[in-house]
Amino acid sequence: MHVNVTVNGAETGADIEARLLLVHYLRNELGLTGTHWGCDTSNCGACTVWLDGVPVKSCTTLAGMADGHEVRTVEGLEGTDLDPVQQGFVEEHGLQCGFCTPGMMMTARALLDRDPDPDEATIREAISGNLCRCTGYENIIRAVRWAATHEAAARAADQEGAGV
Amino acid sequence: MQVPAPFEYERATSVDEAIALLTRHGADARLVAGGHSLLPMMKLRLARPETLIDINGLSDLDYIRVDGDEIALGAMTRHAAVLDSPLLAEHYRIFAEAERVIADPLVRNRGTVGGSLCQADPSEDLSAVFSALRGRAVIRAASGTRSVDLRDFHRGPYETAVGPAEILLEVRVPIRPRTGSAYQKVERRAGDWSIAAVGAFVQIDGDTISDVGIGITAVGAEHFACVAAEDQLRGSPATPEAVAAAAATCARSCHPSADQRGPEDYKRHLVEVLAGRALTQSIARARGEAS
Amino acid sequence: MTATEAPIPDVSTSAAGNPLGFGRMLRKEDARFVRGQGHYVDDVNLHGMLHSAILRSSYAHARIVSIDTSAAEAHPKVKAVITGKTLETLNLAWMPTLSGDVVSVLATDKVRFQGQEVAYVVAEDEYAARDALELIEVEYEPLPAVVDARHALDPDAPIIRDDLEGRTDNKIYDWEAGDQAACDEVFANAEVVVAEDMIYPRVHPAPMETCGSVAHMDKVTGKLTIWTTTQAPHAHRTIYALVAGLPEQKIQVISPDIGGGFGNKVGIYPGYVLSIVGSIVTGAPVKWVEDRSENLMSTSFARDYHMHGEIAATREGKILALRVDVLADHGAFNGVAQPTKFPAGFFHIFTGSYDYPAAHCKVTAVYTNKALGGVAYACSFRITEAVYLVERMVTCLADELKMDPAELRMKNLLRPEQFPYTSPTGWEYDSGDYPRALKEAMRIAGYDELRREQAERRAAAAGPDADPAAPLMGIGLSFFTEGVGAGPRKHMDILGLGMADGCELRIHPTGKAQLRLSVQTQGQGHETTFAQIVSHVIGLPPEDIEVIHGDTDNTPFGLGTYGSRSTPVSGAAAAVAAQRIKDKARIIAAAALECSVDDLEWEHGRWFVKGDPSQGKTIAEIAMAAHSSLELPEGVEGHLDASVVYNPPNLTYPFGAYICVVDVDPQTGVVKVRRFIAVDDCGPRINPMIVEGQVHGGLADGVGMALMEVIAFDSDGNNLGGSFMDYLLPTSMECPSWELGETVTPSPHHPIGVKGVGESATVGSPPAVVNAVLDAIQVRQADMPFTPAMTWRALQGRNLRPDLAIE
Repeated sequence: MHVNVTVNGAETGADIEARLLLVHYLRNELGLTGTHWGCDTSNCGACTVWLDGVPVKSCTTLAGMADGHEVRTVEGLEGTDLDPVQQGFVEEHGLQCGFCTPGMMMTARALLDRDPDPDEATIREAISGNLCRCTGYENIIRAVRWAATHEAAARAADQEGAGV
Repeated sequence: MQVPAPFEYERATSVDEAIALLTRHGADARLVAGGHSLLPMMKLRLARPETLIDINGLSDLDYIRVDGDEIALGAMTRHAAVLDSPLLAEHYRIFAEAERVIADPLVRNRGTVGGSLCQADPSEDLSAVFSALRGRAVIRAASGTRSVDLRDFHRGPYETAVGPAEILLEVRVPIRPRTGSAYQKVERRAGDWSIAAVGAFVQIDGDTISDVGIGITAVGAEHFACVAAEDQLRGSPATPEAVAAAAATCARSCHPSADQRGPEDYKRHLVEVLAGRALTQSIARARGEAS
Repeated sequence: MTATEAPIPDVSTSAAGNPLGFGRMLRKEDARFVRGQGHYVDDVNLHGMLHSAILRSSYAHARIVSIDTSAAEAHPKVKAVITGKTLETLNLAWMPTLSGDVVSVLATDKVRFQGQEVAYVVAEDEYAARDALELIEVEYEPLPAVVDARHALDPDAPIIRDDLEGRTDNKIYDWEAGDQAACDEVFANAEVVVAEDMIYPRVHPAPMETCGSVAHMDKVTGKLTIWTTTQAPHAHRTIYALVAGLPEQKIQVISPDIGGGFGNKVGIYPGYVLSIVGSIVTGAPVKWVEDRSENLMSTSFARDYHMHGEIAATREGKILALRVDVLADHGAFNGVAQPTKFPAGFFHIFTGSYDYPAAHCKVTAVYTNKALGGVAYACSFRITEAVYLVERMVTCLADELKMDPAELRMKNLLRPEQFPYTSPTGWEYDSGDYPRALKEAMRIAGYDELRREQAERRAAAAGPDADPAAPLMGIGLSFFTEGVGAGPRKHMDILGLGMADGCELRIHPTGKAQLRLSVQTQGQGHETTFAQIVSHVIGLPPEDIEVIHGDTDNTPFGLGTYGSRSTPVSGAAAAVAAQRIKDKARIIAAAALECSVDDLEWEHGRWFVKGDPSQGKTIAEIAMAAHSSLELPEGVEGHLDASVVYNPPNLTYPFGAYICVVDVDPQTGVVKVRRFIAVDDCGPRINPMIVEGQVHGGLADGVGMALMEVIAFDSDGNNLGGSFMDYLLPTSMECPSWELGETVTPSPHHPIGVKGVGESATVGSPPAVVNAVLDAIQVRQADMPFTPAMTWRALQGRNLRPDLAIE
């Protein structure tokens, strides 16, 4: 079958087997290897990408299901600068081996878009479907808080600028 | 990575088309919505449908709304929407409490109410919720629409009343005044399947329990419910003693089996504890004494 | 710098704002990781690359009657199907383990555990390779399986290893340490003796990235390049040369970014070898990456120690002796990765952190029909099991004596003046101030206040208005002594390879440096911390020091990263190399400044003339001079390079004091970790941010093992932890916000005093959690993991065995 998927804003397409998993479409067909996979059972969240703005596990989503839809991956996070979530992970040492990081950041970005000022409990719940074996989650939570704080400051600065 | 065996892929854009595709492809076709239960089983090659009919396009089945004196939840409603629904929160706290402990937030973004019910895992949580609330499943075939009590919906592990050329449209739950509900689940870890879980609603008339529903999952409760305990409570005063006796009935009447989540005696004990807590909390909520 | 001098942290910073030496510095490697540009094995994609998959045994123990591969071979996308028979013709059906045993690459005679490798398919894509596995027909003749290690030595137990000539039972070895007679005598006369049986169950490191490889045998050049998930690229290269008979100079092992190791990626797995065979057979590069079930079921497990401990003491709580009998379940092949002379790893460090004269341990290792392994999951060569044993036994003793477990520990901890301290089983602890660490942990925890709260809660629970659902509060302690940085070559080798590590440091003419390491990061941040080590010694900004690792063609030989050995061994090599650069720089500076070396003084990265700081040369200036036409003194070579092989004189001994607070629901058995306080002493911290991150991760491991992680087997030998639905890793919901503290006791023998910390928290935390749970439910002994069911059954006094199927 043929699929057309908008990935990080770009049109992509390929002839694929119907059974091709979305994670393999991204990694093998498009070469977007930033999206990883860590299990087969939708437990670990290493494969988290956005489908139409919502984070999902791409190892249990068919590429065909994304046909005609929009996907965002870790490669689509950075704009002119690093996304505050990416910068937060650097600043607060929110990663070690880096394997869970792309999925974790996609979940975190979606959380902040929905709730710009999440407390620790909210963050813990939001990332509970993304497993990390290195950090004990502590610095991931701090990284998300770093992003929230800096985004709030940036928003405040923008508003102040607009008022002048 | 595990990958599924080959299959034909079809996409339905309407309920009628889904039924037509099911009819055309026969018994080896399966509907797929979120896919988070079905695809892992296909990757393990424990399930190998010859045709997969993708119904993610059926957005007209994605709703939670009041319809007469019932709340209707469309089969394509994602778990996340159930968790966040103010309408459900207003009438039945049991939904949000159950949803918060179903899998994880990412799975809940994709998984659907219909998918969970039709996968019919014997440890599935919404089956206990709808069974407790005595909901009705609305099922459509080419010949028309029929409705089945949720308590008759499950025909065994991974088997439901939905026929090979049928589709679950929605689940309907009666709105009940003076009612409280709650869901109590114990799991080994966040995101794990229940060791045991009990959901309940209690309707109060003065000091008397005028109606009650008890749903139980993961422990082999018949129809995901405990009718005997409900009969025991209905019409009785809402006292701790009555709750304790009903909880004991729940524990006696289920049929847990031992696995790595726990031995039979523990699961039976857990049912008693959780039934007691769910009922107590439901009563307090019905009385407006607890949030 | 002399060996005993404690380093002074350098507080000055580079132009980029990084510390010139030790201090918090953001990681260099993060720039690629946060952009999704990490490069892991499964990201390797070569032109013409084929894919592969392994058919595994569904039985735990069965004779292979026949294998029919014809249908698989007929699959249009299949390029090769390989069985044990094919490998026999290449003399590759079996390979040596790291412990003097052999293991099959593909089974030829029998399968000996569920998940064992039986056949191998190479195909055009991964989907086709996996389809073809279903087309292979294997006829098995099932045999009874040895599942319960306690019955492995029964006279009627099936013989698992009938491939080994003369085998009449399932025993691998008996081994002991300590003075048995002296120990028994102390026990015979002791006022108090407490004995307990405990299991440290089988667990799995389960890094987020599974194991895999891409092998490319270039038929023209005869060169084999293998990208692979290895913590020890050089050791792997040598073993491939020995196993496959390939010329070692033609083997390049590349370990790119590794998605976590934790000991899972030390050994050589059949899949790696098969990808090489696949490339040889097909002439194309071949990728093999295991799925999660394969990872959990067939690659190196950890622990699986059945321990009987006995502790002797006076009534006043002076510990006198400890003895332990271990039944070690090694699985179907003896494949532990540890120094040759240490068949039970470093388990005999089990006397722990306390001062008593007598100890003895006996270890009996057996074969069972389970996967091989045993030393993995950040265990520091089984110090994890040792710490668990002693910390549980000391807690049981406190319970027996009705003494506060903190008080009992304080009474028996080694005193600072006892260091260097030789333990009853022969370990020489380098340095420590144990009471200080325990006091600090108790201070952070507010220990007395916690005990008061617990007493109040217990009083309320015993009162007339007690709430039967009120949580039971528990406080658990653990004090651990680690031993890391294996190790002195004369004592420690793996497969005959001494455990020393090389390091090369080059200062380029413009004053920028490259540091080449033998060790391999799996997330530890070597690219940052090793640059900081060099910066600390020679003052170059860490951003100007590029750390190169993970490619055997471009780095010096060494044994790799595991057992928390990178900083103690390779970190020492880097410090010594930098010191040699500094010494040579002095000579060159003297030549350039036309003065005597004795006239020069060192400060802030430059040599200058005593009394005339304006007359001096920075390392960058000296580097240019070293590469210039400047005439150098007789015997001094040009350039500014150093090459070092560091042979550690001893292990380093980090230590720590941990306190865990839990609340247990008495009705459901659900355990909630309320707080976790960890005070670690790993000597000076090169990068405190990275050290804390490593501690956080290890503490989560402790929560995982104590509360949920376990691989049990049913009576047929079926693995009951074969996916992430069954093998549970802790999520953000089970972990508390960790509370850390530190003390600093430098190692006297390490060039910069540092000790290694990667595994400390994984080693030290499980007993703290377990002690807290058992304190909450007031049960002296039950085995982890404390899932709700296990906890509730312990409360009922009817403990469940964690290693068997729950019935």
